[in-house]
Order: sequence, then C-alpha cells, then structure tokens
Amino acid sequence: MNILTRAFSSSLGKKYFMAVSGLILFLFVIAHMLGNLQVYLGPEVMNNYAHFLKSKPSLLWTVRVGLLVAALVHIVTALQLAAENRASRPERYAIAKPFAASFASRTILVSGVVLFAFIIYHLMHFTLGVTDPQFLELRDPVSGYHDVYRMTVIGFSDPVISGFYIISMGLLALHLSHGVGSLFQSLGLRTKRNLNGIIKFARLSALIIFIGNCSIPISVLVGAVKLQ
Amino acid sequence: MNLTLKVWRQKNGEIAGQFVEYKATDISPDMSFLEMLDVVNEELIKKGEDPIAFDHDCREGICGTCGMVINGVAHGPLGATTTCQLHMRTFRDGDYIVIEPWRARPFPIIKDLVVDRSAFDRIIQAGGFISVATGGTPDGNAILVPKPDADRAMDAAACIGCGACVAACKNASAMLFVAAKVSHLNTLPQGLAEKNRRVLSMVKAMDDEGFGNCTVMGSCEAVCPKEISLDFISQMNREHLRALLRSK
Amino acid sequence: MFNAKSPSGSLANQWMKHRQELKLVNPANKRKYDIIVVGSGLAGASAAATLSELGYNVKCFCYQDSPRRAHSIAAQGGINAAKNYRNDGDSVYRLFYDTIKGGDFRSRESNVYRLAEVSVNIIDQCVAQGVPFAREYSGYLANRSFGGAQVSRTFYARGQTGQQLLLGAYQALCKQVGAGGITMYPRTEMLDLVVIDGHAKGIIVRDLVSGKISSHAGDAVVLATGGYGNVFFLSTNAKGCNVTAIYRAYKRGALFANPCYTQIHPTCIPVSGDHQSKLTLMSESLRNDGRVWVPKRPGETRKPNEIPDSDRDYYLERKYPSYGNLAPRDISSRAAKEVCDEGRGVGPGGRGVYLDFGDAIRRLGENTIRERYGNLFDMYQRITGDDAYKVPMRIYPAIHYTMGGLWVDYNLMSNIPGLYVIGEANFSDHGANRLGASALMQGLADGYFILPYTIGDYLASKTVGKPSVDNAEFRKVEEEASARTLRLLSIKGRRTVTDFHRELGKLMWEKCGMSRNEAGLNEALTRIPQLRTEFWENVNVQGEPGELNQSLEYAGRVADFLEFAELLCLDALDRRESCGGHFREEFQTADGEALRNDEDYAYVASWEFQGVDRRPVMHKEPLVYEEVKMTQRSYK
Ligand SMILES: Cc1cc2nc3c(=O)[nH]c(=O)nc-3n(C[C@H](O)[C@H](O)[C@H](O)COP(=O)(O)OP(=O)(O)OC[C@H]3O[C@@H](n4cnc5c(N)ncnc54)[C@H](O)[C@@H]3O)c2cc1C
Ligand code: HEM
Ligand code: HEM
Ligand code: SF4
Ligand code: F3S
Ligand code: FES
Repeated sequence: MNILTRAFSSSLGKKYFMAVSGLILFLFVIAHMLGNLQVYLGPEVMNNYAHFLKSKPSLLWTVRVGLLVAALVHIVTALQLAAENRASRPERYAIAKPFAASFASRTILVSGVVLFAFIIYHLMHFTLGVTDPQFLELRDPVSGYHDVYRMTVIGFSDPVISGFYIISMGLLALHLSHGVGSLFQSLGLRTKRNLNGIIKFARLSALIIFIGNCSIPISVLVGAVKLQ
Repeated sequence: MNLTLKVWRQKNGEIAGQFVEYKATDISPDMSFLEMLDVVNEELIKKGEDPIAFDHDCREGICGTCGMVINGVAHGPLGATTTCQLHMRTFRDGDYIVIEPWRARPFPIIKDLVVDRSAFDRIIQAGGFISVATGGTPDGNAILVPKPDADRAMDAAACIGCGACVAACKNASAMLFVAAKVSHLNTLPQGLAEKNRRVLSMVKAMDDEGFGNCTVMGSCEAVCPKEISLDFISQMNREHLRALLRSK
Repeated sequence: MFNAKSPSGSLANQWMKHRQELKLVNPANKRKYDIIVVGSGLAGASAAATLSELGYNVKCFCYQDSPRRAHSIAAQGGINAAKNYRNDGDSVYRLFYDTIKGGDFRSRESNVYRLAEVSVNIIDQCVAQGVPFAREYSGYLANRSFGGAQVSRTFYARGQTGQQLLLGAYQALCKQVGAGGITMYPRTEMLDLVVIDGHAKGIIVRDLVSGKISSHAGDAVVLATGGYGNVFFLSTNAKGCNVTAIYRAYKRGALFANPCYTQIHPTCIPVSGDHQSKLTLMSESLRNDGRVWVPKRPGETRKPNEIPDSDRDYYLERKYPSYGNLAPRDISSRAAKEVCDEGRGVGPGGRGVYLDFGDAIRRLGENTIRERYGNLFDMYQRITGDDAYKVPMRIYPAIHYTMGGLWVDYNLMSNIPGLYVIGEANFSDHGANRLGASALMQGLADGYFILPYTIGDYLASKTVGKPSVDNAEFRKVEEEASARTLRLLSIKGRRTVTDFHRELGKLMWEKCGMSRNEAGLNEALTRIPQLRTEFWENVNVQGEPGELNQSLEYAGRVADFLEFAELLCLDALDRRESCGGHFREEFQTADGEALRNDEDYAYVASWEFQGVDRRPVMHKEPLVYEEVKMTQRSYK
C-alpha cells in the first residue's frame, strides 16, 4: 500500500496509474467490441454470449469492479493531473501555438470528459434501464434470455442516438490514438526503436475500434442488421 | 524591413504587466532576433524610456540564457534553435510579432521578458550529480564506457537548461529538462551507484517546484534547441518506476 | 613587490615538494573560514566545489541567472592532458614544453610544468563526475590532435567540451550547495574589492534583481571572473564578460600583468553590419579542407563563383607555401587583415576573406564534406543565410582570449595577501599566446587541484582577525560603489552605453588589435581618455537603481573598460617587441614574422595603479628559463 501512496504522490507515479487504468479500459473496449460484433452472427449467438457472461457472477463482478476501479482511478487521476497542469501556468500566453503537439494530445482531456458522459449515458441506455426501462424486459424468443440483440437494434434505430454513439466513438478513437501511445511512454516502455511501432499500433487500434464499434449503429440504420 | 512588436512589459514580479506596441524600423535580415531588440532598445533609451529587459549572454546558442516566446512559440517559429540564433530573415517586412516571457508558475517573472529559472538549479541540487569529491578518482580509462552509452549520455547531456521545454509545454512541465539530466547520469557506469536515489529525489524536487505533468505532447522536443529526445522522458519514467519498486 | 614563490629544485619535483611545505588547516577549523569565490566558470565552480568539500564555508557569486551559464560553456574544441593514451610520445614534459613554446617564452616555467603535471588528474576527475567524453568502440577515451600539436592529447565531448566540463563542475557545485557547504549568489555582480590592513577581506556586490548593494566579508577572496576580450566590443566572448572584478582589484592595489597579450582567432564569422553585437567562432578544423582567398583586384564586384581562378589570390598558399591554409592563428589572422586593408576584403564592409570548399567538394564529394563539417556548415547558414556548399564561406579574425590578467605567484595569490586569482582572470600559464585546448585545462587545474591546496597555507598562517562587514572600510567602499551607480544614472546624456562601447571597441581593434604600432597606440592613448570623459558627461542610462537594470549593469562594465583600455594600450606600447598575440609592426622579420626580443623583454609586465589619469608604475618579474632554451619559431 505504502508504495501505491508514494507512487501516487509523485507526478510520474500518477502517470503509472493513468497508464495502467487506461490499459485496462483499453483492453475492455477491445473485448467489449469483439463481444458486440457478434451482433452480425444473429440474435441467438449474441444473446447466448450475453447470458453466458451473466451466468458467471463471480467473473462478471470481478470484471465490473475492476472496471469501475480502473475508471475511477483513471478519471480521478486525470482530473487531478489536469488541475495541477493548469496551476503550473497561472498566466496564459496571449498567443499559444501548440507547437508540434498533435490534435489528439491537446484534446485528451476533452475527449476523456465526453467519453465519461458517453459511458454514463451508455450505462443508463443499455445496462441500467434508465432511459428505456423496457429494454431490460426484452426476452429472446427462443432461449428466454435477455434479448440483447433486440435491445441493440431498437436502441440504434433512432438516428439521433446512433449519431451520438458515432460521435462518441470518434472521440474514443481520438483519445486512444494518443492515449495508447502515451501509455507506453508513461510506463517507460517506449524506446527509439519501438517508437514508430507503438505510434502505428495506437493509431491502428483506435481506427479498428472506431470502425468496429461504429459499424453496429450504422448497420442498424442502413438496415443491414435488423430485427428478425 | 519594418516590424511591429507587441512586447510584454512588467516592471517586476509584484506589479501586473501588459503588452506594449513598438515599431522596429530599418531591421536588416542579417540581424539576430536579439540584435533586433537591441535596436529597439537603443531607440527607447534615446527617447528616455526604459529599455526592454531580456536575458542573454553567449549569443551563440550554448549558454541557455536567452529565451522568449515569439508568436506563441518558445524561441520562435523555427523550432530547435535558441532565440539568439534566430535571425530576422525568418520574418517578413511588415510582420506583427508578439513577444512574451516564459510563463510557468515555477518561473516567476522578474522583469519584462526576464524570468527566474532557479528552480532548475534546485532540481540539480537535489541529485543531478555524481557524488564524487575532488581527488582520489581512478584513471579515466579504468572506467570503460561503451561508445553507444557514451553517445547516448552525451545526447542527453547536451541540454542547455534554457527552459524552453517548460515554456512550450501546455502543462508547463519540466520533464524534458529533468529527464535529460537523469538519463545522462543514469546511462553512464559512473552514475549507476546513485541511480535510484537520483531519479527519486530529482523528480520529487521537480514536483515540489510546481512544474506540470507530462501528457506526451512533444512540444518540448520540437522547440528544444538541443533536440533532446522524448525518449529520455521514457527512460526517466522507467528509471523512476524501477527505483520506486526497489525503494522501501 | 615580487615574490613569485616559485619553488627551487628540479621542475618535476617542485609541486610535490611545495605541497609538502604548505601549511595545512586543521580539518575542524576549516568550517570557521569563509571563502568568497567570484565566478562560477570552470575555474570558479571547480574551486568552490572543492573548497567546500574540504570543509570551508564558501560563498560563490556570478552575474548570470545560474552558475551553469558561465562563459566556459562556449568552448568547443577540447581539453589537453598529458595522458599519452595514444602512445605517441606525449608526456608531462612535452605538454609543458609545448605550452612554454606556444606561449612564446613569456610564461613561468614552474607554473607551466605544474599545469602539465595536474592535467592528467583533471581527466580522471571529470570522467568520475560523468563528463561524457568521446569514446572509442572499445570503451576507452578518444583523443584528437588540436592546435598544431604533434601529439594527440586533446579530450573532447563532441563540439561541446567546455559545456560538458562546466556542467561537471556545476554539478559538483550544486552537490555542495545542496549539502549546505556553498551559498550561491547568482545574478549578483561584484563591484569592488575590500582590502583591510593590506589583506583582501571581502567584496561589494550588487544584487542585479533588487539593485541592492551590499558587502560580503571573507577570510580570503578568489577571483575567477574570466577574460576581458569584450574591451574590443566585438569578440567571441559572451556579452556579459567584463573586466570589472579584476580591474577593481587592480585599482585596490593588485598588479595587472601583461594586459596586451590578447589572442585572435582566425576563423570567425565576419561582421555583417553595424548592428553586430558579437562574433561567433567557427572551428579551426575548417582550414584543413578550405582554401583561403580574396580577389586579386580591389573593389571586385563579381560574385565569388564568377571570379576565375586567375583573378583569385590564395594569399596564404602564396606567402607560406609549406603551411599554406594551415598557417598558425596569428599569422593567418594578420594576413587576412593585410589583404582587407588593401581593399580586397569581401562581404559587407569589406572585412572578410573567402574560405572556399569548392575544390574540396570537387575532390572528395559533398557528402564527405558534409560528414566532416555538417554541423559547422549548418551553423554558418543559420547565422549568415548562405549555403557554404554552394558559395564560399566568409571568415574574419576576432578577439577570442586574453592571456593577460592579474599577477599571481606560484600559489595563485596576487600581491594582495588573501586575494587569489584563477582561470582566465589571472596571467599565469599561457605567456604571450595560449595553445588551443589549454584554457579549459588551466581553469580546472587551478580550481580543482591547485588553489584548494595553496589557499590553506595563507589561512593557516593568517594573523589578521576575522573580518566584519561593519568595518569602516567596508562602509566606505560600499558607499563609493553606490555613489558611482547613482552617478551613472544621473547623467542622462545623449549617447547610449552601447554607442560608447562600440566606439571604444572599434578604436581598440584598429589601433591595438591584430597588429599594433607606436603611432596607432599613441592615438588610442589620446582618444581613450577623451572618450572616457565624454562617457561620464554624456552617457544615457535609463531606469532606476533599485531594480533589474541591464543598462546600468552594462554602463558600469563599460566604464571600467574605458579605463582598462588605456592600460592595455600602454602595455602594448611599452612592449617594444612582437611575441605571441602581441604583434608590433615595427618588430618583425623580413618575411613578416614576429620578432621577439628576449634580451630586453623576457619579463612579466606587472602594472600598479596610481590613479585614473596617472600613469601606472610597471614592475618587471624577470622570466628565467632553466629548463628550456628560447627559440624563434618559423612556419615558412
Ligand atoms: C568561443 C570560445 C571557444 C573556446 N574554446 C576553447 C577550447 O576549445 N579549449 C580551451 O581550452 N579553451 C577554449 N576557450 C577558452 C576558455 O573557454 C576560457 O578561457 C575559460 O573557459 C575561462 O574560464 P573561467 O572559469 O576563467 O571564466 P568564465 O567561464 O568566463 O567564468 C567567469 C565567471 O565569472 C563571473 N563573473 C564575471 N564577472 C563578474 C563580476 N563582476 N561579478 C560577479 N561574477 C562575475 C561570471 O558570472 C562567470 O561565472 C574558448 C573560449 C571561447 C570564447
Ligand atoms: C474507455 C475509456 C477510456 C480509455 C480506454 C482510456 C484510455 C486512456 C489511455 C490508454 C491513456 C494514456 C495513459 C498514459 O498517458 O499513460 C489515457 C489518458 C487519459 N485519459 Fe483516458 N481513457 C478512457 C476514459 C477516459 C475518461 C472517461 C477520461 C475523463 C475524464 C479520460 C481522461 C484521460 C486523460 C486526461 C488522459 C491523459 C492523462 C495523461 O496522459 O496525463 N479518459 N486514457
Ligand atoms: C457502439 C459501440 C457499443 C455498443 C454497440 C455497445 C453495446 C453494449 C451493450 C449492448 C451493453 C449491454 C450488455 C448487456 O447488458 O448484456 C453494453 C454494456 C456496457 N458497455 Fe457498451 N457498447 C458500445 C461501446 C461501449 C464503449 C465505447 C464503452 C466504454 C468506454 C462501453 C462500456 C460498456 C459498459 C461499461 C457496459 C456495462 C457492462 C456490464 O454490464 O458490466 N460500451 N454495451
Ligand atoms: S531540454 Fe531542451 S528545451 Fe529543455 S532546458 Fe534543456 S535544452 Fe532547453
Ligand atoms: S510538451 Fe509537455 S506534455 Fe510532455 S512531452 Fe513535452 S513535457
Ligand atoms: S544567449 Fe546564450 S543561448 Fe542564447
């Protein structure tokens, strides 16, 4: 414990927390995407998969708690770092040219905050049944499991909601295109030799996540995925 | 050429500053940026006004004394140069140039464009050295340093301590400066004995001074007159993590 | 007046024997002594760190915002040491001999021998500190040859040797600051020296941020304030380099030795206009592949590449066929001045000669040249905007180093007991001319390995009581310094400080620069006092005393240059011979070589202040050569 508090009390240490929590979230996003892409395999596969996850409460809750902790750590640290950074420059420049800094790196906080809003909405939307309580009542006609497939299709058939998802995925991609590269730097794993590889990996994974995730609402909107 | 300058004037650390416009006339493209300011200052003195204060000494890009933010970029639009090595041929007749001091909480303004960078000295005092006293050292060739290590240490040691990295970083972070010194000393066999203690205390000193954190934006590397690489920040992160794990 | 305290006996044993005879200070007592070190360059920083490690209380001062910025940082080439790692016949004796000969037989044998002797320790010390010297693939230290030496004894850290050595010393200093042994006073300028009962007891300083003038007392004062090249206005020195500290000490009774020994560097980037504020040195190595020429006709208007070979004068190759473009610094400098005086100079103002890589590029290819000198070509382009791969470079000599300085004995103590002078600020080791890569060596030798021993001898035998800043003398000197500052601000005349400095510099460069003659020196000696008078009546310094005021700092420095310049010219006039960096046109051989006069001038000219408008008194310290024989050099 001692080492954790000591790490957290230093600037570099905080970045380790950012990086590790970011990595956990990143891995979740990938796994989650792979799960969601099963929508293309039809309701049966997808609903069974969802049921399979929920039938293992210990696994489910471990992951949920892990995610929650990671998210909290990530956000709390991010906000704290951001506050410190702001305090380090009380008087702003009249002209501030972001020399050489990429757009993604400059907007990491903004993209993060919007992502946070997205996650809250997303949970209210699909998990907690706040926006559409009826979603939780949907049952798969064959198995009787929760009909995640239908929920997804209905959920995304509203272009406004889909639009919000797509925009959020854009921000997620932006966040990750910088964040994943930065994670290696924060943990001291980036070297001259692997630098280009890491940058490519970050951009590519962001792109894949963007395409993979966006394909779902788009497919619903264009009718490629529809209620069966 | 003729230019319009908008320069930050501030009498001292206590009094708020403001921008003042000046005309720089008959500027030769062969002048350095500081020589252009010399010309403006000569005119101000003749008019009985207080000349613009700015730090400088060697005027050949090695002492690290000069530094100002020119049109939003530390050391000016070229990148990878010092203000004293920036020449007016980089600008065009009629240009409007905004000149500001380094801005960061740990670099309080002393006057006009002059800031107090003693925070850097205090970081070095915290551990940016090898604890060897004069005398009693082994023969220079008794310590073999593989050429790649010597070269890497030299790459890092080239830092001139100008503070442009802090000035350019959106977070006013001093990572590049600190990383350069940590990497210089921790790469060499002579520096290994103290490497953990060094990185921990230097990072602590940096934090205590109130510098910001790194979000890997890379502006520091781009303006750095000695092109110190971000790679060294990665090395410092690594060294720090290891030191943290080893420490009790 | 004189006791150089050079030990007797064979050179090789002198330093060892001398150290044995020096009194030691009891370790427990060391912390009772306060030592003031002014300057944080190689000499000052290394001395401050070492003295503090020994246990003394050190106060260190510099005018820059950080000790790391001292002008030593600018040295590029390297540092000599008699390590003989190359097995090419180097030895302490050879380094000693080269230095004596390079100095044109105008330095003290015992000092120079000791310098060569401790040179080897410097490298060890710096390696241990983490100075990233260049290495071979084997991991061993690399060397190069430098400044015409026939052995490879120069250690280097890329083109930034001075920087790396200074950072090593700076870090050692920081370590001691962190440990509480040194109090560092950056942005603090020494304005005067306080001498009480004949002993140096402290200094008066101005805090450059608050403008406050205050006194600091110490048991000994060490001056490590660098050279005075800026008396010429344009030089390769940093803008802040000044003579103030040592000149003030001179006015308080310290002897100033050999002020006329100034060194010119032949390959600097020429002046591009009246706005020029300083000159930048380009490594001399360029002359290995570049050919120096000017047009044959005065007033040539064609571009360099349009001038056919038949209309070019490769004057170095013509005049010095065996050395050609590699003729020594002073010779090639004077040759450049000569052709420019004939109206054949090139570039704006006609003060420049071509250094042409055209042939080398044709012969070796652009890539080879780029590999060898890429960074220099880049630097040249940044400053001039010209691409030296396409058009010839323009170069011109510039003031680079000053061998003269305060007189010191073998212990590096001036004639004022308790006042030590180290580094470029003293006159000690380079005679009339310094060899390349030897200044760094001397600064560190003084600071790490000599002063820390010798100062103990004074402290241990000191009988005078502890100084206090309440002493009337401190008050008096402090008031004088304040009054002078206020006076500078009250004149509010019509000419700026830069204006005066520029005029002084031009005068000095023309009359007392690369070559000197009686008429010119007399002219300068008439003009300087006039300029000085005008300065005190007509200078315009804005701002207030109680704040950061750069014009005021500058005015104080130029005021001292305006007095010191006279001393420099006087010394140059008095030395009726040519030697090293001092070339008197009246004294040259038939082929334009310096003509030394060992019979009458083998002495150190040490000047004693008598009053601003009174001629100083010269004391001669005879130079006796027991070990080496004086010879005349030839580069034909
Ligand atoms: C461009 C250039 C290249 C060179 N290259 C080489 C080389 O390759 N090899 C070599 O051996 N030599 C070289 N030299 C010479 C060498 O660098 C210097 O002679 C040497 O570094 C001087 O060191 P120093 O410690 O005596 O003085 P400096 O480094 O000049 O330090 C002077 C110190 O005194 C302080 N100071 C001065 N005046 C005052 C005052 N009034 N009050 C308070 N503080 C004051 C300054 O702040 C500074 O800290 C070069 C010189 C130049 C200019
Ligand atoms: C799916 C959710 C998220 C993932 C996968 C993710 C991932 C990452 C990663 C990998 C990093 C790089 C860490 C480093 O530099 O070491 C990062 C940085 C960052 N994240 Fe997130 N993040 C997510 C959500 C958020 C949220 C909700 C916020 C909001 C407040 C946020 C704010 C930030 C900030 C400000 C940084 C930069 C911090 C820094 O580098 O100092 N992130 N993120
Ligand atoms: C377009 C892309 C996305 C789709 C189609 C999608 C779909 C879903 C669905 C259907 C669920 C409910 C699963 C169930 O209840 O069984 C869910 C839950 C969840 N989603 Fe997403 N999601 C997407 C993107 C994201 C993103 C980018 C994040 C995180 C940054 C995220 C985080 C979560 C979380 C945390 C849950 C709750 C998991 C749990 O119940 O423990 N989702 N998602
Ligand atoms: S890292 Fe670069 S920008 Fe920062 S202080 Fe050093 S030289 Fe200047
Ligand atoms: S610009 Fe700032 S964010 Fe890091 S990479 Fe450089 S310190
Ligand atoms: S003045 Fe020295 S680096 Fe610019």
